[in-house]
Amino acid sequence: MDNYKPQKELFVPVERNEGESEKISRPSLSFWQDSFIRFRKNIGAMLGVFVLIVLIVMAIFGPMFNEYGENDQDLSVAKMPPKIEGLGWIGMDGTLTTVQTADTLEDAERKALMRFSNQEEFIDMTVLSNGANGEAEVRAVYDPYAAKGLEENFWFGTDGLGRDLWTRTWLGTRISLFIAFLAAAIDLVIGVAYGGISAYYGGRVDNYMQRIIEILVGIPNLVVVILMILILDPGILSIVIALTITGWISMARIVRGQILKLKNQEFVLASRTLGAPDNRILRRHLVPNVLGLIIINTMFTIPSAIFFEAFLSFIGLGLPTPTASLGTLIDDGFSSIQIYPHILLFPAIVISLIMIAFNIVADGLRDAFDPKMRE
Amino acid sequence: MTRYILQRLGYMLITMFLIATFTFFLMKLLPGSPLAAADKLSEEQQAIVLEKYGLNDPVPVQYFNYMVNLAQGDLGISFQFDNREVTTIILDRIGPSMQLGFQAMVIGTILGMLLGLVSAIYHNGFLDYSSTFLAVVGQSIPSFVFAGILQYYVGVRLGWFPVALWEGWEYTVLPTISLAIFPIAIAARFMRTEMLEVLGSDYITTARAKGVNKFGVVFKHGLRNALIPLITVLGPLAIGLMTGTLVIENIFAVPGIGEQFVKAINTNDFPIIMGTTLLIAFLFIFIVLVIDLLYGVIDPRIRLAEGE
Repeated sequence: MDNYKPQKELFVPVERNEGESEKISRPSLSFWQDSFIRFRKNIGAMLGVFVLIVLIVMAIFGPMFNEYGENDQDLSVAKMPPKIEGLGWIGMDGTLTTVQTADTLEDAERKALMRFSNQEEFIDMTVLSNGANGEAEVRAVYDPYAAKGLEENFWFGTDGLGRDLWTRTWLGTRISLFIAFLAAAIDLVIGVAYGGISAYYGGRVDNYMQRIIEILVGIPNLVVVILMILILDPGILSIVIALTITGWISMARIVRGQILKLKNQEFVLASRTLGAPDNRILRRHLVPNVLGLIIINTMFTIPSAIFFEAFLSFIGLGLPTPTASLGTLIDDGFSSIQIYPHILLFPAIVISLIMIAFNIVADGLRDAFDPKMRE
Repeated sequence: MTRYILQRLGYMLITMFLIATFTFFLMKLLPGSPLAAADKLSEEQQAIVLEKYGLNDPVPVQYFNYMVNLAQGDLGISFQFDNREVTTIILDRIGPSMQLGFQAMVIGTILGMLLGLVSAIYHNGFLDYSSTFLAVVGQSIPSFVFAGILQYYVGVRLGWFPVALWEGWEYTVLPTISLAIFPIAIAARFMRTEMLEVLGSDYITTARAKGVNKFGVVFKHGLRNALIPLITVLGPLAIGLMTGTLVIENIFAVPGIGEQFVKAINTNDFPIIMGTTLLIAFLFIFIVLVIDLLYGVIDPRIRLAEGE
């Protein structure tokens, strides 16, 4: 079989253009632009950013949306259920529901009435089972807003002292975020300085600094945090101190590892040859190169600080009582979870959203900064 | 290897000593009186009580006594429960905590591994995305929030399992699930990453080329190799569980160490706080040590790297 032979005239020489081949067809992207483009393509992470922005805006402005104050107690409106006009279909219709069972229908109805302090005209009773087979069941829906003749609504309801939970939830979010950002910022400063100095100077300095870290790492941070909180007066500052006392270690280790790798590279040598002092090399050349990892680590520190604040409030070591934080609100909610779950619900949703959003954004940033590390 | 173990044990002793010292002096700085009803007692009565518990001795003497007793496993006497030794209180209460922790650990790692395996096998498919999403959510939601959801919906509304207390296996269900969520999430994410890496390696391609089917490769060749790195996360997981039990036991009224610890904090019961803190610290350090050693035993490449 003859091979097909293309004819010569089919080939036309390419028109040569000297400038063309050297031309850069796309704009050159810096590391940050490149990372940003990758990050923007990550739908989950962008969603996380959106949720975080909404939550932060609400934490700042949310308490101003109504006229209730953080500590406006009014026992006559204690434990009101949440009510938002137009959102009745997801259960925020300002009613309380109970299902009561008893041997006879009358008993069940009486129990249901008692449950809502016998406000008969505001209770809507439905018989689920009339007691023919020995067990009667009724469902009672009670409208405390009508019973108390309230005009205004409590969007998230009120707590056991009649304080507006909308205001307290957002104020609590504000405090929790503040604690987390402050703790993360302090971790960042100490961790970067410690790790940077330890790695850059090396030798004996590094040796001593690493021995200190090794001992500190052996102490569980749970124990340190609890002990620190016990001896300091409860308050925002002492929680921050307790969180930062061991919190900076992971940052210091990451920064040290990276700088050890970077410090012998040519650009550092070049800078030193040109006479740059240590301080300038660290600040202008080494730290910016580790910045990606620093940001990622900080993004993981924030949710863990929020968790620890809530955890401490939960075991009774958190902020003193009148102050609202997500932790104290959740702790409060647990005491009446069986009858008034809404007190727990909203702070629990907010803290979960914050944690999920921060974790997703941090994952997204890690993928964006270092595509090789991608799972 | 022996030298390495001895060295690690030495470090462990030093850390424990430092923690014990640190805890002791911090407790001395604590505000509040350990006498439950201090204002009801007369001056002399208070003096007698303080004398009885050795709280009138100079601090260095107290410290020395504490350390000597500690070395013999004696953690002192509780201030709140008349004359009961901290060691007995802890031993009485360690059962439920251990049981919960163990159940959560076993269920958590097994379920998590399965989830991670599914993710890796159906990489970038619907199952992968949903299990990854579940893992992120499980890792993010604090255990006490999850416990609240379970307690309300499963315990109160559906009434499937008891809401609280500790009187039989059905009482362990809700606390175990609440605790297991974190290990499930972590194990799933880790398993997925490791499995994907293993499945991408040459020997897997070889096995496939020789005709082993997809599941055979995953379970026989992949799983074993992906399991080795999983051991490293067991340490952080166990520590996470310890943090978790402190709150979970309170939520579900489980008579364990965590519940006792929180009670002790609220009543200034120093010996119990110190005893529990030391126990937590000891478990923490011990687990890290065991896992480091296990890692070397299981993965021969690590031993080779050490030149032994």
